[in-house]
Amino acid sequence: MTGTLLKIVGLTKAYPGVVANDDVSFNIQEGEVHALLGENGAGKSTLVKMIYGLVKPDSGDMAFKGTAYEPSEPQEARARGVAMVFQHFSLFDALNVAENVALGMAEPPKTRELAERIRTVSEQYGLPLDPWRLVGDLSAGERQRVEIIRCLLQDPKLLIMDEPTSVLTPQEVEILFATLRKLKSEGTSILYISHKLEEIRALCDEATILRLGKKVGTCTPREVTAAQMAEMMVGSELHRPEREPTTPGDVRLALKDLSVASPSQFGTSLKNITLEVRAGEVLGLAGVAGNGQDELLAALSGEITSAPGMVVLDGTEIGARGPAPRRRMGLLTGPEERLGHAAAPNMSLTENALLTGAEREGLMSNGFLKWGKAKSFAEAIIERFDVRTPGTETVARALSGGNLQKFVIGREVMQRPEVLVVNQPTWGVDAAAAATIRQAILDLAAGGTAVIVISQDLDELMEVSDNFAALNEGRLSEIKPAKGLSMEEIGLMMGGAHGMEVAHA
Amino acid sequence: MIFLEKRPQPSKTLSYITPVLAVLITMVAGGLLFAILGKDPVAAIRIIFWDPLFGEFAFYYRPQLLVKGGPLILIALGLSLGFKAGIWNIGAEGQYIMGAIAGAGVALALYPLEAWWIFPLMILAGALGGWAWAMIPALLKVKFGTNEILVSLMLVYVAENFLSAMAIGAMKNPEGFGFPGSRNLQQYPSAHNTEIIAGSGMHWGVAAAFIAAILAYVLLNRHLLGFQIRLTGEAPRAARFSGVKPARLVLFCMGTAGALAGLAGMFEVAGPAGQITTGFNVGYGFTAIIVAFLGRLHPIGIVLAGLLMALTYIGGEAAQSALQLPAAAIQVFQGMLLFFLLAVDVLTNFRIRITLGETA
Repeated sequence: MTGTLLKIVGLTKAYPGVVANDDVSFNIQEGEVHALLGENGAGKSTLVKMIYGLVKPDSGDMAFKGTAYEPSEPQEARARGVAMVFQHFSLFDALNVAENVALGMAEPPKTRELAERIRTVSEQYGLPLDPWRLVGDLSAGERQRVEIIRCLLQDPKLLIMDEPTSVLTPQEVEILFATLRKLKSEGTSILYISHKLEEIRALCDEATILRLGKKVGTCTPREVTAAQMAEMMVGSELHRPEREPTTPGDVRLALKDLSVASPSQFGTSLKNITLEVRAGEVLGLAGVAGNGQDELLAALSGEITSAPGMVVLDGTEIGARGPAPRRRMGLLTGPEERLGHAAAPNMSLTENALLTGAEREGLMSNGFLKWGKAKSFAEAIIERFDVRTPGTETVARALSGGNLQKFVIGREVMQRPEVLVVNQPTWGVDAAAAATIRQAILDLAAGGTAVIVISQDLDELMEVSDNFAALNEGRLSEIKPAKGLSMEEIGLMMGGAHGMEVAHA
Repeated sequence: MIFLEKRPQPSKTLSYITPVLAVLITMVAGGLLFAILGKDPVAAIRIIFWDPLFGEFAFYYRPQLLVKGGPLILIALGLSLGFKAGIWNIGAEGQYIMGAIAGAGVALALYPLEAWWIFPLMILAGALGGWAWAMIPALLKVKFGTNEILVSLMLVYVAENFLSAMAIGAMKNPEGFGFPGSRNLQQYPSAHNTEIIAGSGMHWGVAAAFIAAILAYVLLNRHLLGFQIRLTGEAPRAARFSGVKPARLVLFCMGTAGALAGLAGMFEVAGPAGQITTGFNVGYGFTAIIVAFLGRLHPIGIVLAGLLMALTYIGGEAAQSALQLPAAAIQVFQGMLLFFLLAVDVLTNFRIRITLGETA
């Protein structure tokens, strides 16, 4: 470590109604892996956007290699040697890897030449990737490699990575970490954003912890425990969900050889999925994003229909029925995408309560809506799940992601489902709210509901599940009891490291 | 520097103010247009907006307001349902024509029989005619995924040609000395759409428009179907998740719009127009699109917007004769209204922030 690469002094950025960053200062040394740690909404994203030139700070200064640094746009940041891998990829499905990389360059070389360079870099850093493959056919982990290689071709001094492991299997995480360590050894600094504490302990040299926009501490991750870091992040001790051991009852929901084509071109079709969930059981389904999770949820909610016998609820074949009849029978679902799928962004919370609750909660008679009752239902959800909102007439998009998530999950939980299927139930939710949601799911199971939790958060799944399986390219792995599963086994169930064979082809 | 900043919540107040603001801006810009054409802008605006309501000949113009506003409101109400759900029926003009032909067809077939049930039967036929014409783009969309905008629009031209064929062919008045056009239904008591109160302009079609406005209000605000229509427009994926069947909604919205447009056509041919002629349709079906948006796709808004549009029609004609304004200038003026409405619409979802000096 030879000197300070990036010096940040007193960065402040306020949005209407919220201070995203309040007087944040820290330094990144050359060749250092620096962790930026904090809950959702702590201001991590705003901070890195300022470093990457996407957002202009209200006040504060930055210095890069000792000279003033005020990027007004990402291009300027890249020219100075700052590169960023976003959590959400900006790739075109219908183009191949090399073409995608070329799109991000000011003066791209010939595709053949570029492909050669991609291959060299990918071998050099142990990131197997075939430049000629269509991005639409790649797994999430491979797509991330495209983004990383795109950055590496710029020979960056500082690489920013935003929650890079949320889309990776444990094996893929190992590959990524090996790459990052190699980069570090060559003197590249890495700003690593995450809320996964064990990863940070394994990888990072220094950590800066943000809470509610303010820097609340620094630490050397290797020297503290994950629990200590969590406390700094949350500011208090965490409540762990508890559950009473129950004996599973009768089979409530059964999938028999469920195969459906994905409605979207680059979606993942489901192939021969067979599973059973019993009353009181929580089945956890892991899998890297884009391996059929959305399609499975849609096939269960009734948005995608199948042959009648492929989905059986309490002995009735319901594969061909739509969402409304399934809901009537007690099969409730919570999709991953909150805005636009689980909730209508420009409609009030009362209207969004009506969206799935109209029939089960008796919010209408003969097709005529009872607004008073709908409002009370919305109020009940807000109250029980501690949704922070000015009132029931606020539109859904005005709520923060975590609060809306509490609302849409709460809406299904409050309807006393017979079978509940949720996809990413705590995605983007702060730790305290996540604990509330998990506890609600466990309470439902204790009351005899059969629950399927689809999630990319392995810690969450291990916490709530009785049984565990993983989705990989639309297929379901063997279902195993969750207790006693090792990370190694889970990783293999998720498909191990995707695309490794390509590297050695 | 001027910035547009997205509001966390769409502003309720502004969504009521913007139509008024749009009318005011249209008056200013329209006045400029008239001034460039060498006419006195103040006089022109007065003739268009003031004289028909409160001028010397208001007793003649006021009933015209209802006569012209009625069909606009009726058609716009139907269109607004689809527009709310993102279903774009642009062919109300054709559905209006087919409703008129179907309604008049019943009357002409029964002529000269006099019976109480003829007029109700014509109403039914008018609604069915418009409905059937709208079902063509609706079914094509549901079955084959065709674009309803194109199909419904093209069918307007088919309907216009069909109208001409009827006026000079099957429906031609046998006692009409060879002139094109059908018998005049105003002279056929059982089929005549009379004024409910003589001299008021309030014929059965106007009554139907007001009833439809009330029903549309109840549907949109109190009924699950109306909720589903709004939900589909706001978030189609959430609507699917909620259990809305998109195909059913397309059929309902297109069908209702068609039926109401057909009704408007039938009331027109049996009342103010009196007969099927080649020039029977005067563009109500297209103007109703402006009315629907000017009224914010809200039933009460549409009633007000329909009356306002009728005013620009009547006042526009008066201005043409009084000031020799070209008819095209009046059409531009009406177009401006929609243009400015859409422009100021931005304000309901965004607020303007002006910062001085530095680029924030």
